[in-house]
Amino acid sequence: MDLTGILPGDDSSHGYSVRLELFEGPLDLLLHLIRKNEVDIYNIPISEITRQYLEYLDLMKELNLDVAGEFLVLASTLLQIKSRMLLPRTEEEGDEEGEPGEDPRAELVRRLIEYQRYREAAADLDALPRLGWDLFTRGAVEEVERQGEQIPEEVDVYLLVEAFGRLLASIPEEKLHEVGSEQYRLAERIAEIMTLLESDPFVPFSTLFPETFDRGYVIVTFLAVLELCRLRVITISQPLPFGEIWLKRSVDCAGKGPEEPHDAT
Amino acid sequence: MQHERLLGIIESILFASPQPVSFERLCALLHEYDRTEIREALAVVRNRYRDPDRGFCLEEVAGGWQFRSNPRYSEYVRRLVPPKRGKLGRSSLETLAIIAYRQPVTRAEIEYLRGVDSGGVLKSLLDKRLVKILGKKDVPGKPLIYGTTKEFLTLFGLRDLASLPTLREIRELETSDGEQVPLPLENVTGRDTLSGEMQAEGD
Repeated sequence: MDLTGILPGDDSSHGYSVRLELFEGPLDLLLHLIRKNEVDIYNIPISEITRQYLEYLDLMKELNLDVAGEFLVLASTLLQIKSRMLLPRTEEEGDEEGEPGEDPRAELVRRLIEYQRYREAAADLDALPRLGWDLFTRGAVEEVERQGEQIPEEVDVYLLVEAFGRLLASIPEEKLHEVGSEQYRLAERIAEIMTLLESDPFVPFSTLFPETFDRGYVIVTFLAVLELCRLRVITISQPLPFGEIWLKRSVDCAGKGPEEPHDAT
Repeated sequence: MQHERLLGIIESILFASPQPVSFERLCALLHEYDRTEIREALAVVRNRYRDPDRGFCLEEVAGGWQFRSNPRYSEYVRRLVPPKRGKLGRSSLETLAIIAYRQPVTRAEIEYLRGVDSGGVLKSLLDKRLVKILGKKDVPGKPLIYGTTKEFLTLFGLRDLASLPTLREIRELETSDGEQVPLPLENVTGRDTLSGEMQAEGD
């Protein structure tokens, strides 16, 4: 993730437009939706999936995330497929024997499956013992010193986006569009969360929000959590599906990380 | 004893070399000995380090032989190394996987498969010398084609490209003979997905 434009000490979060390399892209988001809805990839309910996909894009805009062009391209592809699904498949689309044309979803499904194969291949590669981490050769230590760059830990950004989406949805209608009377500072919010983490390495998400909160508060908290993830100060997890999300203070240089809480599986 | 001496010589060379040393190179270096002797000696040396408790063992990686430390003790060895990890992010791994299995491959093909712009990732992988430009594709626009390097093989401890984990088949795709999905930009003169000749070469 690349959170360019986020600098501690800047003013209110309202003006932020964060450029995230979003979740590896629209195919990634689609696969997420397919899995989440537990539908058969060979028989995607296009209407419903399209609806959720578009909802997601709206949510990302609400959270001041830049939506990259590829997402919009896929959105229009989905809409195209959806409308073709509504039409009877005519003979003209098919071959000479009068067979119906290809399922309008077919090419998309092929792409998704192919993408999935390489995702799994990437995971397989990741699992191989890695030079400079799991094992070393002559000169490997110097090599690591040279090459080691801070690559942000991949975070399950979906979890965060969905959680924040729920929070935004819970704000009463009239408050949602109020121009925040409070000017929230990202740096302060980050500091507040860090203070929480100092006393306890595990902080449940729910404790980040007071009794009442407004839209600006949700956004600045979201950005603060993202920044902390990017800096690898914290990781987030959701031990139980749809359960509480936990912020976990990361390993510090001196030694091991904190022990897992009991309900984490 | 002549034999003992050869074992020692091979060990020394492999120890001293920061890069894997291929069998051919060994034979070239040790012209006083014949290939059979060297091959047998290599096997004996390898056996010496087979014990799972040993600190390092002899592995064939990127087409050559190399001493590599035992992963079992990685936690300790890492204390030599600064705490940050040269980790590969998901975009890098995905792009690497595509290039590894599909080489030679163009940027457009990579981007079609991933569904996102891959310029930044490609540059990063090039900088890390995990991928390299193989040349240009003979189609309009003459796009660059990419492949993996020897460093890629060494990083993941692979002997050669054929040692890549098998691409899992999720299910048979529409093409009944299980061919890979044809990409819209593919050259009509078909190419192998994992051609045998595409051995990552040294620079």
